[in-house]
Amino acid sequence: MVVVEFVVSFFLILGAFFALTGSIGLYRMTDFFSRLHGPTKSTTLGVGGMALASAVYFSFQGNGISLHEVLITLFLFITAPVSAHFMAKAARHQRMHENKAALPPGCEKKTGPHV
Amino acid sequence: MPKKPFLSHGRWLPHPLMTLMLIIIWLLLVNTLSFGHIILGTLLGAAIPWFTNRFWPERPWIARPVLLFRFFFGIFLRDILVANLNVVRLILQPDISQLQPGFIAVPLDITDQMVICILASVISLTPGTVSAEVTLDRRVLIVHGLDIPDEKAAVQAIKTRYEVPLKEIFSC
Repeated sequence: MVVVEFVVSFFLILGAFFALTGSIGLYRMTDFFSRLHGPTKSTTLGVGGMALASAVYFSFQGNGISLHEVLITLFLFITAPVSAHFMAKAARHQRMHENKAALPPGCEKKTGPHV
Repeated sequence: MPKKPFLSHGRWLPHPLMTLMLIIIWLLLVNTLSFGHIILGTLLGAAIPWFTNRFWPERPWIARPVLLFRFFFGIFLRDILVANLNVVRLILQPDISQLQPGFIAVPLDITDQMVICILASVISLTPGTVSAEVTLDRRVLIVHGLDIPDEKAAVQAIKTRYEVPLKEIFSC
């Protein structure tokens, strides 16, 4: 089934692309809160694409329709915002957003890993 | 929250929707549709809400299920796709110092805990925004945005796009 292989490859590459972009975002952004945005991306479209590819692949293996991949996406949709919220809230309690504003422009990158 | 009449809850099925959801999740988990698993799923779906009833003292009522589906597929999934591409563009642009990240304070019209939680999750899942904090009085949701040139427009977008439909769906 060539068509199935194409569809599976398409979703795999799509998922991998968004996961990669999420990691690049994590690396490139300068402050803590902007860095939070990268990983959120890879959980939604990144893992979503890969789960879809898996569902399509195993559905055409002959053992009936495989749908438990939907659960992965469902659980991620529940857990990802909660963990992001926790981290953002913890960072706000440590007042990371205020430290950065107090610095003179140009010094943002030298003050340690968090800021 | 006023106490509701005893029997209107449904004493044996306190959360019918949760029961249905648990059956579906169970069938997805075992990845089959055999008769035995439907029975087992129904038993679990009846037992778990019954045991965990105390954790859910109040629950929002889904008043407009059709609107919920339209919100989920029309707005939520579409925004995930569109906003993802948008954020990819922002992340990969050569000069990231042009970004204007910042916090915005979204005043909340909804009061129900569960609905606020759903709204915050939706905001976090659609890329470009992460909900960071709810103020203690639950009136303001603080959201961090990756690129916010215009604060007022961003607040307005969140309110009209997500809060208004959620408010209608849960009729609160």
